[in-house]
Amino acid sequence: MIYLDANATEPLRPEARVAMEQAMAITGNPSSIHGAGRAARRVVEDAREAVAKRCGVAPAAVVFTSGGTEADALAIHALGRDRRLIIGATEHDAVRAAAYGAEIIPVDASGVADMAALEQMLRGSPALVCLMLANNETGTVQPVAEVAALCRAAGALLHVDAAQACGRMAMDMVALGADSLALSAHKMGGPAGVGALLVAPHVAPHPLLRGGGQERGWRGGTAPMMAIAGFGAVARLAPVEMSALRDRLESLADGAVVIGRDAPRLGNTSCLALPGVAAQTQVMSLDLAGIAVSAGAACSSGKVVRSHVLDAMGLGSLAGEAIRVSLPWNATEADVDGFGHAWRAMAARLLQRAA
Amino acid sequence: MGWWCACLPPAATRSTANVMRVVVAMSGGVDSSVVAGLLHEQGHEVIGVTLQLYDHGAAVGRKGACCAGQDIHDARRVADRLGFAHYVIDAEERFRAAVIKPFADSYAAGETPVPCISCNQSVKFTDLVQLSSDLGAERLATGHYVRRIDGPGGAELHRAVDTARDQSWFLFATTKAQLERCMFPLGDHPTKAEVRTEAARLGLEVAAKPDSQDICFVPQGSYADVVAKLRPDAMEPGEIVSPEGKVLGRHDGIARYTIGQAKRLGTAQSADQRRVVTRLDASTRRVVVDTAPPGATTLRLRDVNWLTEAHDMRCTVKLRSSETAHGARVVVGDAVDVLLDTPARAAPGQACVFYDGDRVMGGGFISGRNDAER
Repeated sequence: MIYLDANATEPLRPEARVAMEQAMAITGNPSSIHGAGRAARRVVEDAREAVAKRCGVAPAAVVFTSGGTEADALAIHALGRDRRLIIGATEHDAVRAAAYGAEIIPVDASGVADMAALEQMLRGSPALVCLMLANNETGTVQPVAEVAALCRAAGALLHVDAAQACGRMAMDMVALGADSLALSAHKMGGPAGVGALLVAPHVAPHPLLRGGGQERGWRGGTAPMMAIAGFGAVARLAPVEMSALRDRLESLADGAVVIGRDAPRLGNTSCLALPGVAAQTQVMSLDLAGIAVSAGAACSSGKVVRSHVLDAMGLGSLAGEAIRVSLPWNATEADVDGFGHAWRAMAARLLQRAA
Repeated sequence: MGWWCACLPPAATRSTANVMRVVVAMSGGVDSSVVAGLLHEQGHEVIGVTLQLYDHGAAVGRKGACCAGQDIHDARRVADRLGFAHYVIDAEERFRAAVIKPFADSYAAGETPVPCISCNQSVKFTDLVQLSSDLGAERLATGHYVRRIDGPGGAELHRAVDTARDQSWFLFATTKAQLERCMFPLGDHPTKAEVRTEAARLGLEVAAKPDSQDICFVPQGSYADVVAKLRPDAMEPGEIVSPEGKVLGRHDGIARYTIGQAKRLGTAQSADQRRVVTRLDASTRRVVVDTAPPGATTLRLRDVNWLTEAHDMRCTVKLRSSETAHGARVVVGDAVDVLLDTPARAAPGQACVFYDGDRVMGGGFISGRNDAER
């Protein structure tokens, strides 16, 4: 099987496995005062420092959560209190569901937020703006620093979902100007089940889970030390440059329309439309040929749901005909060539039928 | 099973000519699960597909009737357990347009629809045959109790060996081209009990799952609610009249009636002579009742599908799936008429399927214009 669905989850990086194996040998609750607790706490705090350093902030900014979804929900819960909610049209469901009823910032055909529209929307009562750094379906990178400047000028707060971006591009929370930032370990090659919300110093805790007041009052519950060890290990790794492989892949996909090609985007993500062929048929065909890719968002029933991201980009029928190919950190040229071979076989069969 | 079984290479690399890539339509029930399991066991490359046909929210957890939520889960578990690919297809929009809406429209027109036939005609045998070809599969297999037999003129549709389970009536509208691509492994199974035994042998948790009942998209068995929502006009009150037009009572929507029905007639029912519905007039919203309806002897059909060359024939016909066949003559002219040997209750919208022994020769839908109206 050739795995090209990194944006769903990255293969575990060996460094994370080693760190977790070492952590598994440790017994202790990081909140305990004895030596066992201290040993566990050291693992958690080492990881906290690594995650903080990765994003250019102080370790005290890092709140460990169960993942990106919780980090987004916590940010909206805490920073969105008594504020209007404004979110990008292509946000992940983690944000959309937590910010139900929010005003929507339109995007252009590449998925980039409309700055003039946002400026208009910011007039009025204080808001929390949620904008993702990089999109999970297209890889489109938003002009977050510019958005942050607009927000600051209007007295708005800015939450940035960086779940897809963090493992794949260098970034600095201060330079981005975000008031909070959501991360997910398994999108960086760490384990699923752990993530973080990074919060600027001026933001006061307002937890979803109060519990025993762990994470400086931001998030109750015993920290999952083993998973956090894996998160810390991948936070120490530099992003892998994938764009050369990605370009090669796109050159092999005969007949494909590359969505968002001209926008700044992640080096590992291609959104490829095959006009006239349903996305689900493409995903099934490629799966049967041993290639793992995805389309839209997989709902819990397993069916492919039409992509709100591509709809928001005004792609019309192409929105239902595009798949996402996302290269994992360990993708090889042979993987990409294998994809090209399977793609061409599929396109030949399906386009002949569509004609 | 001999010692050589273990030596067979995996399906993908096997060069045996009769190993195929097969799409199996899996409902999550025992029948289609056994089909998938048997084909997988025989070494075919099985691709399980489950259609999400409607929002099942209301029906979740309901035992004994189709509730897609649990059914989709069950189908996926069978595929995961046996180790073949499985996909869920969102067919909600298509199902609404091709099955649910025509179902309501048919009732509003004073007919009695058979939604399972529309579903087989559209979502199942049109769309899934197309999908199987898109996926490079040679065959589409389903858990229907019918037999496909290859005769001199190509694929033929025959009644199942287990006549109590036979579903051929519901499949008459499958086209010859679709039939060529289909396989129905359960048609040769002697009984349903034997199918359940197979399911248990294959280790499938669905082995003891209850059979689905009713119309799958009708929650709690109240089809009137579905019709009322889509076609409120079919639920407006009107008169119950005699064949001469004498008003005998009132009704609360023609969609609640079908030809031959004796219930729900209220004051229009007679104590000494039982009355039944003989006609539904959508334009005047009248339900016509009579004491001694002769039944229909000539039926005009529409949307006739032939599984042989179209020709006049002496055959048997069935107006319902589980009735004894009637002797009849099929006459092909500008339209297709069926002359029944003895009068029978015939509701417009229902199917009339032609059989030559066990073989389905074709069939059509009973149109509103037949002598039951006169």
